[in-house]
Amino acid sequence: MAKLMQLKQDKRTQMVWFVALGVLILILPFLAGMLGQAWVRILNVTLLYVMLALGLNVVVGVAGLLDLGYVAFYAVGAYTWSLLASAHFNLHYPFWVLLPLGACLAALAGLMLGAPVLKLRGDYLAIVTLGFGEIVRILMNNFDKVGLPWSDETYNITNGPRGITGIDGLNLFGLDLRKGLDVSGFNVSGFNVSGLQLYYFVFLAFAILSVIGVYRLQHSRLGRAWQALREDEIAAKAMGINTRNIKLAAFGFGALTGGLAGGLFASMQGFVSPESFGLLESIMILAMVVLGGMGHIPGVILGAVLLSAMPEVIRYAADENVQQKIFGVVLIAPEVLRNLIFSLALILIMLFKPQGLWPSPEKK
Amino acid sequence: MTAMLDVKKLQVAYGGIKAIKGIDFHVNEGELVTLIGANGAGKSSTLRALSGLIKPAGGTVTYKGRDITGVPSHALVGLGIALCPEGRGVFARLNVHENLLMGAYSRDDKAQILREVDEIYTMIPRLKERTLQMAGTLSGGEQQMLAIGRAMLAQPKLLMLDEPSMGLAPLMVDKIFEIIRLIASRGTTILLIEQNAQLALENATRGYVLESGEITLQGDAKVLLADPRVKEAYLGG
Repeated sequence: MAKLMQLKQDKRTQMVWFVALGVLILILPFLAGMLGQAWVRILNVTLLYVMLALGLNVVVGVAGLLDLGYVAFYAVGAYTWSLLASAHFNLHYPFWVLLPLGACLAALAGLMLGAPVLKLRGDYLAIVTLGFGEIVRILMNNFDKVGLPWSDETYNITNGPRGITGIDGLNLFGLDLRKGLDVSGFNVSGFNVSGLQLYYFVFLAFAILSVIGVYRLQHSRLGRAWQALREDEIAAKAMGINTRNIKLAAFGFGALTGGLAGGLFASMQGFVSPESFGLLESIMILAMVVLGGMGHIPGVILGAVLLSAMPEVIRYAADENVQQKIFGVVLIAPEVLRNLIFSLALILIMLFKPQGLWPSPEKK
Repeated sequence: MTAMLDVKKLQVAYGGIKAIKGIDFHVNEGELVTLIGANGAGKSSTLRALSGLIKPAGGTVTYKGRDITGVPSHALVGLGIALCPEGRGVFARLNVHENLLMGAYSRDDKAQILREVDEIYTMIPRLKERTLQMAGTLSGGEQQMLAIGRAMLAQPKLLMLDEPSMGLAPLMVDKIFEIIRLIASRGTTILLIEQNAQLALENATRGYVLESGEITLQGDAKVLLADPRVKEAYLGG
C-alpha cells in the first residue's frame, strides 16, 4: 500500500515537472526576448538542431549507419525553399508546397546516397557519406554557371558562393511570420510578438512533431528491425529482415527530417549560402547525437540543446571584458578561447560519459 | 522420397579461389544431419551459400522441390528455413525477450508468438531467468541458447546451426546439445555444422565429412563414428 502511495507520489511529481517544463518552453522566447532578439534566434536555431539531431539519430543511433554527410539533406531542404520562394527565379510558392517538396527531395537524395553504400559499414560508410556531403555543398557552390555541351550559354541556378538572398518568409495563411504579431490592440499595450518569436512556435511545433514521429518509428516494427541491423547485420537477415530496404528507409527518413529543417531554416534566415552546409556542420550534428546518447530521444534532444546553446553562452563568458576583470589583461582572443572551452567541454563529456549524457537505460 | 534439402554440385569461390569444390549432400525431413570438418574445410562457406549470405559460384540448392539457389537470406525465413549464425549473433543491446521476439519478425500472429516464447522459456529455463537482461551481458552458452531459441521462433521446418559449440565450456556444450536433441525430437529437421565431430556424430542421424572443400566421407552417423579414418582425423585416434 505504501508502495502504491509512493508510486502515486512519484507520478504526481513527474507530472508537476512535466507541466513546469511545458510552461518554461512556452514562455522561453519571451524571456529570451528580454535579453534581445539575438537570443530568440539562438533558441530557434536550437530547435532546428533538435530536428536535425533527431533525424540523424534514426540513421546513426537506431540503425547504426554512420553518416558524416547529413548536412547535405539540410542543404537540399534549404535550397529547395530558397530557389522556389525568392526573387532569384521570381518564384513564390507557399510553404505547404515547399516544405513537403523540400523534405521529399531530401529523402530522394537520402535514397540516392543509400543505394550505392548498401554494402558498406563503419569507417567505409563514413568516408562515402562524408564525400556525399561535400559533393552537395560543392554543387551549390558551383551551380551558378551551369553550361550545356551544345550551347555556350550558362545558367545561374544556385547563385554560387554569393548565396541566395531575399528569400520569402513563412506565410501562415496571410500572416507573414517575419513581420511579427502586433497584439497591442488587445488591451496588452506595448506587447508585441516579434517575428522570431512567431518562428519559435512554428519550429517548436515541427520539433514536437519530429519527436513524436521518431518515437513512433523507433518503437515500430521497422524500428526494431533497425535495432537488429545495428546490432548484427547477418543475424538481422537471418530473422527475415530485408536489410537493403530498411537501410534505405533509414537514410530516407533521416534525410526527410533534415530537409524539413532546411526549409524552415531558409524561411527564417532569408539568406542561404553553401557556407552554412559544410562538413563541420555535419560533425556538429553527429556530436549532438553521440554526446546526448545515441538512440535515446531525450538524450539526443539534450545533446542538441546543449551543443547549440553552449557556444553562444561561452561567447559571453569568454568575452574580453571578463578576462580584463579577472586578469587585468586579455590573454587569449575571445574567439580562440571560445573554441578552446567548447572542445574541452566535448572531450570532458566523452571522458566521463562515454555513453553520452543521457543514454538509453538499456545500454547501461 | 525426395529430400527436404538437396544440394547438388555446390561451389563457392572467393575471388577465384574455390573454397567449395562442387559438393553433393541432402537432408531428409525429420533428420539431424551433420556436416563435420576441420577449420577451413569449408563448413561455414557451405552454410553461407545455403542461407543466401553469399552467392554460390555453381550448383543448385533445392528445398522441398523448389530451387532456392541464391535466394537472399531474409526470404528463406518465410519458406521455413532458419539460420542460427556462427558466433551466435545475438542482438547485444536488446534484452533476452526482445531478442526472442525478433526471431518472429516475419510473423504477425502476436498471441501465438507469445505462447511460443513461453514454450522456449519452458524448454530453456535459463532464458526465463534472464528475460530482461541485455543479451550482450549473457555468458557465451546462454547467448547460444538464446540464438537457438530465437531461430525457433521463426517456426522453421529446417533449422541450420552453425558451430553451436564454438568457444563454449564442455558442460555448456552438453546443455546446448540437449536442447538440439529436444528440438530434433519434436520434429524439426536440423542441419548441424560442427567442428566437434564426436558430439555431432553422437547426436546426428547421418553425417558428411568435409575436407578442403570436398566431401570425403558420408553415411550413417554411428558408422562414421566408428570409421577409423574419422577417428584418426577428428576424434584423436
